[in-house]
Amino acid sequence: MNKEMTTAEVVATLEDGMTIGIGGWGPRRKPMALVREILRSGLKDLTIVGYGGADMGMLCAAGKVRKLIYGFVSLDFIPLEPFFRQAREAGSIEAMELDEGMLHWGLRAAAYRLPFLPTRSGLGTDFLKVSPEVKTVTSPYADGETLLAMPAIKLDVALLHTHKADRLGNSRLYSPDPFFDEWFARAADRCYLSCEELVDRIDSSEEDAKHNLFERSLVTGVVQIRGGAHPTSHVAVNGGGYGWDAGHIKRYCEAANEEGGWQKYVDEFLGGDEAAYQQAVGGLEAITSLPRQVF
Amino acid sequence: MSSNFTLAELLICACADVWKDEGEVLATGIGIIPRIAQGLAKLSHSPGIMITDGEAYLTEEPVVIGAKNHEGRTYGGYMPYSRVFDLLWNGKRHALVGPVQIDRWGQANIACIGDFAKPKRQMLGMRGFPGNSINHGNSFFVPNHGTRVFVEDQVDVVCSVGYRDESWEAGVKRDYASIKHIVTNLCVMDFGGPDHAIRVISLHPGVSFEEVQQNTGFPLIQAEDCGETAHPTAEQLEIIRKLDPRDVRSKQIKDNPPGIRQAA
Repeated sequence: MNKEMTTAEVVATLEDGMTIGIGGWGPRRKPMALVREILRSGLKDLTIVGYGGADMGMLCAAGKVRKLIYGFVSLDFIPLEPFFRQAREAGSIEAMELDEGMLHWGLRAAAYRLPFLPTRSGLGTDFLKVSPEVKTVTSPYADGETLLAMPAIKLDVALLHTHKADRLGNSRLYSPDPFFDEWFARAADRCYLSCEELVDRIDSSEEDAKHNLFERSLVTGVVQIRGGAHPTSHVAVNGGGYGWDAGHIKRYCEAANEEGGWQKYVDEFLGGDEAAYQQAVGGLEAITSLPRQVF
Repeated sequence: MSSNFTLAELLICACADVWKDEGEVLATGIGIIPRIAQGLAKLSHSPGIMITDGEAYLTEEPVVIGAKNHEGRTYGGYMPYSRVFDLLWNGKRHALVGPVQIDRWGQANIACIGDFAKPKRQMLGMRGFPGNSINHGNSFFVPNHGTRVFVEDQVDVVCSVGYRDESWEAGVKRDYASIKHIVTNLCVMDFGGPDHAIRVISLHPGVSFEEVQQNTGFPLIQAEDCGETAHPTAEQLEIIRKLDPRDVRSKQIKDNPPGIRQAA
């Protein structure tokens, strides 16, 4: 069994109109090399699901998106993703805006093969008004409480970036916060991982094995791309990670204020392959030396 | 009592008070002033509250604003986002957040201005507001008290629940929702009026009730015992300086005005 693939092979399995979940959180641990490969492809009409950052912004800017399902689209130190904002204000994308907790609840429902999971979140607000496809349900027990039936968010594909993986599909996440990557993997028919380090077979200690958050049976393919989360961060509690590239993210955001700014960004950074991208942003050494942010 | 303090420092102390008597809840202050305030609350009247390092861990030692590295940090617990939701859906949290719009019913908006389908101005989105507001106590921090924030009618998008009966679907359990305080640059308010009407419970030094009312899009009640917002004590100011050694707080309110308003 060998699940190793290239980014191009992963993206060749994707189809127009698919629902794709992307792991990470805002400017943190996004599978950006895989996103860049989608940007270079002819894919269109995608539904993108996630706790979004530049992944969602870039896919909107490139016209790949029909619908976004998100808990937010933020770059953290830049609170609002500028290309996402433009797409929303132009009305060019459909938006399902969820409470952050509701998004993971919908992924869990999909993971458990349930039509929905109940929650109170969203009730008493305008959520049901702006998302009329979401319904309430009445508790069948004595309380008779009205609850929101958070529909399953079924993914065709999940894309995640991890620290380490093996060719069988075993993986390790050493982030301070693993976010909801596990639930993206479980909610998807197919899950592709990019990773910083790829080995034939991980044979670790008990302690290290705790950093395996989902089974290899959920993983369809693994791609090794050192630095593949750039410009987002890839912090590892056991050392060896990197921070986000604030300078590059600012440069990217400035493109949103310029006429034809996105095309200029594409010409400058996305014209070639991932190796060319890494050269254009200063090289792999520079990426992997970016200091971790301090909060 | 000290008379030499800034408005930002007064607000930090007023914000810290939202966690008084809340017990062992996770305190989440969004923004510089609320974040210093949660540290002040923990190091003064509310040692039981739990706070994070701003990333994924619980710490008993509030993280200093503007720290340059992680050196010397110690952690008592783990609080990744998945556990934040586990905790907050169980109600053991009090958040101090900064909405863009608030209405007379305490409903708040951070999602967008205008029509949701094609907003005039997209803002942060609903983020955690729906789940937070129906599951645990919340307070608001408003550094720019005015009629654009405290709107006349309903907020453009109701992101967090309030006390407007018509906004609630029949049969929904409302018992876990509560809004405690609104701390602004002019005053402190609560929802202690008839049917949870908003009342001014203290005015910052030199501010009149009339000025607050003029800057609010709906009628306010003045609490019977409404007095002046407590001045920071020397002990509080010392803790604040320790939590914010680079004086980032001085850049939070335009021109960093003094806490006791000077005659114009």
